[in-house]
Amino acid sequence: MKRIYMDHAATTPTDPEVVRAMLPFWTDVFGNPSSVHQEGREAGRAVEEARSTVAEVLGARPEEIVFTAGGTESDNLALKGVADAKKDRGHHIITSKIEHHAVLETCRFLEGKGFHVTYLDVDDRGSVDPEAVQRAITDETILVSIMHANNEIGTIQPIAAIGRIVRERGIVFHTDAVQTAGHLATKVDELDVDLLSLSAHKLYGPKGVGALYIRKGTKITPFLHGGEQERRRRASTHNVPGIVGLGRAIALAEARREVEGPRLTALRDRLIAGIVGGIEHTVLNGDPRGRLPSNVSVAIAFVEGESLVLSLDMEGIACATGSACTSQSLEPSHVLIGIGLSHELAHGTLRFSLGRHTTEEDVDHVLAVLPGIVARLRAMSPLYQKEKK
Amino acid sequence: MEAYSDKVMDHFRNPRNVGDIENPDGIGRVGNPVCGDIMELYLRVEKDVITDARFKTFGCGAAIATSSMVTELIKNKTIEEAAKISNRAVAEALGGLPPIKMHCSVLAEEALTKAIEDYRARKRDAGKEG
Ligand SMILES: Cc1ncc(COP(=O)(O)O)c(C=O)c1O
Ligand code: FES
Repeated sequence: MKRIYMDHAATTPTDPEVVRAMLPFWTDVFGNPSSVHQEGREAGRAVEEARSTVAEVLGARPEEIVFTAGGTESDNLALKGVADAKKDRGHHIITSKIEHHAVLETCRFLEGKGFHVTYLDVDDRGSVDPEAVQRAITDETILVSIMHANNEIGTIQPIAAIGRIVRERGIVFHTDAVQTAGHLATKVDELDVDLLSLSAHKLYGPKGVGALYIRKGTKITPFLHGGEQERRRRASTHNVPGIVGLGRAIALAEARREVEGPRLTALRDRLIAGIVGGIEHTVLNGDPRGRLPSNVSVAIAFVEGESLVLSLDMEGIACATGSACTSQSLEPSHVLIGIGLSHELAHGTLRFSLGRHTTEEDVDHVLAVLPGIVARLRAMSPLYQKEKK
Repeated sequence: MEAYSDKVMDHFRNPRNVGDIENPDGIGRVGNPVCGDIMELYLRVEKDVITDARFKTFGCGAAIATSSMVTELIKNKTIEEAAKISNRAVAEALGGLPPIKMHCSVLAEEALTKAIEDYRARKRDAGKEG
């Protein structure tokens, strides 16, 4: 059966051109970039080329880019690094309730170390109000971290408006752009950020490699101590193939962005209209317009998400859910609860995240298959029977 | 994620005995405090033997499969035999469940216990009337 992969927010397939670019760096150009000899210099040149590419996409300078082992590490380095570097100035951090766990769990860790964290509410579309950020700022505030776009519901935050408020006060501003780099414009001066996290595997690059943009002058304490790599901001021998892959992947994504964005937006809106218009008791989560071109998040009442995902999987369709039944904690997604969804609707939320290979036929196939699956599960659901009565 | 056994997938794909029973002899309605799922179990009992069992479940793949399996296990059993069926027995009959999904089988056991209690209560009341 042909598979229809609609879980690009979880991860993307590595572009074959990216794989080709990486290949020489396993066996031929295997040197350690820190070495003086030719093998080392060649590897070092490739790393610096990738750094320049990433910097160019972000409108930054190469020395402002630190390579990491992914989005999670970038978020950790940003938050822990600034908290430690600025702890003499204050102990207050502001973030939102719908951040990725890489940010939220880091904040919880910092709370344990004596920092105070304000978790801002979002509105029912998942948007952070810049004025709420302004109101939350105190003399103690050292860092604000708000994601560029949410991975579950796709809502794009008013980063530039928040950045203006935050940076004017001399407070460090971080954004998690893991879902947007290579997909939306991410120029750091336009976004008005001091720190920006990105991850290669969300933009058709390899897993386990990412980057943190650190604006010149932003003090940050490293937490990997060792060699002198990355200007002492992150020790450890470079993941040369991975870094090369990130560089090539982000260059390709950036080059396609302006064509791919509108293409995905049209497919997204077709899928949304088909689900919300074609299946009763369904609602769109997030913002109808201010959302990632790839994101379709819908709450399907009276059915449970894992059952939906398994049923779709049997039909060859891969997607995700925010249901409590699929999380290790057995709690529904904090993002869906954060936008005010009932426990029950969060239970029945599906996320389709479209990508490069998604076609109109794929979308129409999902629309052909989903109503039957929902009807079958609803026929089994005690909640649906009550609704009908 | 840990995969479900083939048996679980079979019962998820083709759940046995979905639905309800008109004027049942016992009903068990339970909600899962762990993740918020709901199960209803309906019994038809003749001379203390379960002749039919049906279910409705709002829950994950394991919840649906355990509901289905429970109805299979109790059919044609006496009430006394059915009362001895534990969630472990249901999970075992399904070829095991991922550890994190064991609580879903607890839901099925609770629905069964409640349905049997309900049947016994109805019988007592009927006895009083008659
Ligand atoms: C918004 C967001 N931040 C951070 C991460 C973590 O990135 P990584 O998987 O590269 O550690 C992800 C992906 O899971 C994400 O979607
Ligand atoms: S019913 Fe929620 S995990 Fe099984």
